[in-house]
Amino acid sequence: MSKELNLTLQVWRQDGPEDSGHFETYQAESISEDMSFLELLDIINEDLVENGQVPIEFDHDCREGICGSCSLMINGQAHGHAKATTTCQLHMRKFDDGDTIVVEPFRARAFPVVRDLVVDRSSFDRIIEAGGYISVNTGAASDANLTPVPKEAADTSFDAAACIGCGACVAACPNSAAQLFTSAKLAHLNLIPQGQAQRFQRTENMVETMESFFGSCTNHGECHEACPKEISLDFIAFMNRDYVKAKVKNRKLAGQK
Amino acid sequence: MAATATNPKGSTPIFRRKWQLPFPLNIYQSSVGRKWVMALTGIGLLGFVIVHMIGNFHIYEGPVQLHEYAETLRGLGGGLFPRTFLLWVLRIGLAGMFVLHIHSAYSLKERSRKASDKADFVGGEKKYGSKRDYVAANYASRTMRWTGPIVLLYLLFHLADLTWGWWLGDDYVLGDPYHNVVASLSSLPVAIIYVVANVALAIHIFHGTWSLFQSLGINNPKYNDLRRSLAKGIAGIILVGNLSFPVLVTAGLVDDDNRKCPVGDVGCLEHEAEKH
Repeated sequence: MSKELNLTLQVWRQDGPEDSGHFETYQAESISEDMSFLELLDIINEDLVENGQVPIEFDHDCREGICGSCSLMINGQAHGHAKATTTCQLHMRKFDDGDTIVVEPFRARAFPVVRDLVVDRSSFDRIIEAGGYISVNTGAASDANLTPVPKEAADTSFDAAACIGCGACVAACPNSAAQLFTSAKLAHLNLIPQGQAQRFQRTENMVETMESFFGSCTNHGECHEACPKEISLDFIAFMNRDYVKAKVKNRKLAGQK
Repeated sequence: MAATATNPKGSTPIFRRKWQLPFPLNIYQSSVGRKWVMALTGIGLLGFVIVHMIGNFHIYEGPVQLHEYAETLRGLGGGLFPRTFLLWVLRIGLAGMFVLHIHSAYSLKERSRKASDKADFVGGEKKYGSKRDYVAANYASRTMRWTGPIVLLYLLFHLADLTWGWWLGDDYVLGDPYHNVVASLSSLPVAIIYVVANVALAIHIFHGTWSLFQSLGINNPKYNDLRRSLAKGIAGIILVGNLSFPVLVTAGLVDDDNRKCPVGDVGCLEHEAEKH
């Protein structure tokens, strides 16, 4: 028999982008500890719909922690206080009976609120558009293992590629900086041979697009703690180094590392 | 990446670069480049703080030795440059590093403020309605924007106090730094200012020394742990070393008693230094 929780929720309600928004208090009773946080919101929404009220809007999709749709600042922490967890994978057993939980949207100037808890994260798309891809012609599918990739580099590149682009790093950052996201997307491609041809152009473009939307890193490390995929701060250092290299390097001489 | 909901107004850039300045100025146009400049000037200023502290330890040898050290600084590069030339080059370079360090810090703070909806001046505590619970950010990193200005104000006070001798008045003896330091720090309020400012400086250096490695991209799992230890070590040494001056003067262990040359007799100091 699993434990049941009675909770008080303070949820940010905002009618639209122009509305100033406010907190509203909801009671949730007999919540199973096996529910996820999003299922808790589903239950509250069912009640609201039954009572003829407007349900709380929030982003969600896969509900298995890999799509990056869900967001939410839960008690001042992106995706809640559990480590390496997205909101959809945050289970109610992490809370205690009688808790008051404050739920807010991710906040940054680059993430304007659309409605309630839904924010527009398309500024991340702008960064990806600036260079988060490999666009050299590769011809027909090549034989497997034709391009040797050191195991360690492949592993690190994969660690960076684990970023799901949810925006928790920006939400947790006191400066609203997107360094962790951008550096993960850069490292994902810049660490492997396939990404070398466009490495420095990509770094320059993505960093400069990032800077037009987001704040500046002060190396607090809050982003790494908030990240559901535990992306490392090491990638930020890698990005910083590559950016200055990109500015200094004479790219007419191919093969410069 | 997730399909994102869009705001009809969209997210608007906070900062748009109209043109690229010629190299190397274009590095300073970007935030990442500005952090790089902040780190490099930070290294320079840190070097100054360490050398300044070590030089000041001559006070424990006595008035003659401290006078001799001050004269050595003025005569740096002697035989190659005119007297005090190299000292002025260093001073101007130092002032330039201060200007760049402060300008980059202030302008990046402004960009971050613009990027943070509802963000407070320091650290964005008011970004969220609920009390923000910091997980990784330590006291030092969150107070950089306070400890920095404190150190700047202290620097101006320190220059007015011991370089220009504004409020020591007739008690200020040009060429006898030992006496000036003792005269200034014997006043308890002044000693307290030195203690507070040097604690702020050590806190600033604790975060700065670690942070500069990240900003410069010096990162390697093989020595990443050393970066924190280095920051602790340098901040600790600077804290203890710099606090020793006001503390020992206040405790009466460094004073004008038993000196060979009377206060005000700089010629005697020069004579003694030559005998050395």
